[in-house]
Amino acid sequence: METIKNHFFMDTRVMLGRSMRHIFRSMDTIITVTIMPIAMMLLFVYVLGGAIQTGTPNYVNYLLPGILLIAVANSVGYVSFRLFTDVQRGIFERFNSMPVARSAALWGHVLTALVSNVMSLTVIVLVALIMGFRSPAGVLSWLAVAGILAMFTLVLTWIAAIAGLSAKTIDGASAIAYPIHFLPLISSAFVPTSSMPSGVRAFAENQPVTAFVEAIRALLSGQPVGNNIWVALSWSIGITVLAYILAMRAYKRRG
Amino acid sequence: MSHNEFAISVQGLKKSYKNVPVLEGVDFQVKAGSIFALLGSNGAGKTTIVKILTTLLKQDSGHATVNGFDVISKPDNVRQSISLTGQFAAVDEILTGRENLIMIARLRHLNHPHEIAAGLLERFGLTDAADRRAATYSGGMRRRLDIAMSLVGNSRVIFLDEPTTGLDPEARMEVWKIIKERAGSGTTVFLTTQYLEEAEQLADKIAILHNGRIIVNGTLAELKQLFPPAKVEYIEKQPSLEDIFLTIINKKTHA
Ligand SMILES: Nc1ncnc2c1ncn2[C@@H]1O[C@H](COP(=O)(O)OP(=O)(O)O)[C@@H](O)[C@H]1O
Ligand SMILES: [Mg+2]
Repeated sequence: METIKNHFFMDTRVMLGRSMRHIFRSMDTIITVTIMPIAMMLLFVYVLGGAIQTGTPNYVNYLLPGILLIAVANSVGYVSFRLFTDVQRGIFERFNSMPVARSAALWGHVLTALVSNVMSLTVIVLVALIMGFRSPAGVLSWLAVAGILAMFTLVLTWIAAIAGLSAKTIDGASAIAYPIHFLPLISSAFVPTSSMPSGVRAFAENQPVTAFVEAIRALLSGQPVGNNIWVALSWSIGITVLAYILAMRAYKRRG
Repeated sequence: MSHNEFAISVQGLKKSYKNVPVLEGVDFQVKAGSIFALLGSNGAGKTTIVKILTTLLKQDSGHATVNGFDVISKPDNVRQSISLTGQFAAVDEILTGRENLIMIARLRHLNHPHEIAAGLLERFGLTDAADRRAATYSGGMRRRLDIAMSLVGNSRVIFLDEPTTGLDPEARMEVWKIIKERAGSGTTVFLTTQYLEEAEQLADKIAILHNGRIIVNGTLAELKQLFPPAKVEYIEKQPSLEDIFLTIINKKTHA
């Protein structure tokens, strides 16, 4: 009787190496993910910023959390795209007919999204610093911010994985990106929710992205974080677990 | 491991997609170390059988064992002892040929993945193209890489789903040569084909899949006996497999 060992970590590392190569060989994806939010930041600060009343003297400080979340949201369309391509090309069938840990292929893509987001978010923060962003936050607060952004990436990439694995067409796979792009816009990312009409405001205040924005904003400005971080965390864990289960189910069906 | 002389054993296999039956009770056995060709026209259900035997798809009823392991209850053991070259070349186009092979060697948890890759590249005449992305390969080169990826790790049974479809005659001859070499070293080869000549060239045993069942199964000589001896023509002509195939199908449909 042969014993079958599970090589989850080793397999995931191979998968991660593979999809990191994909990213570095098509730099346009990572550049788009980095440039777009920077362009938005420039637009909001230097064109629209004068007209927006946030109650803070430094609009870049107000804006940066939302911009970081938008960068993450922009990146997930590519996750769907890469997964969809793997299904189409039969790569997943090959992996699934091999003694490879079941979820390693998906984790490879998800971790790749994390690594590439670390790179583009770092660049965005550096540009913000040049534009006058200042923060009293200490190392712990920055780590907390990194953790929140990582959670946000995990949530969205697992959702994107479902789309990439179950879509019938490439357009279907990418369509998931649109509603995800929209969520940060209808939140307190750019303007305080108090300036919105009541229906929109109710949505904006209770949708998960606002909790993320507020938690990051509080951490970066040295304010007490309050409930937001727990709200953000509960949303993250709840949606990630659900999305993970659905994505694995879609993976087994497609594989 | 069982002492079974059969590498593959299939009994009463049934499979429908939605309510459309594709396999309606398929039975056959493949001797260890032999080349078995499953012949059938497009849509006959060849890929469906391959997917069931390689644990990618579950049958509705019936039994299938590979290397003595049941595909439903021992899928991990089955995966450990097989490799699959699917109907469409499943190579990672963004990686080079060498990287594709190294990746598979790592996923099979083998020692010295670099040496394994170099050896296969050499054997498959891909050394010159080894460090180019697979996207730049011709159809024949891609198929060779695809088959090379299946030979990583010397699995005891290899499945080749229409390995030469879409190849030019020269590339087809190369693939035939590889398959013969492989079987010569004791590996069991299960291949599907629409080309009667391919089965004639390669296989020890040929089974014809038609209307969801195996309608004939035997050596080429046995199959030829099913056919009325030499036609009366200007020159006496041996029946080709094509003649046999058409005769059998006509008998069945007119019966
Ligand atoms: N996922 C699927 N859903 C519905 N029908 C399918 C699916 N896969 C294959 N079929 C149908 O099953 C039949 C057999 O397909 P297949 O096994 O791919 O045949 P072959 O490989 O011999 O060409 C075809 O009629 C095909 O259209
Ligand atoms: Mg087929």
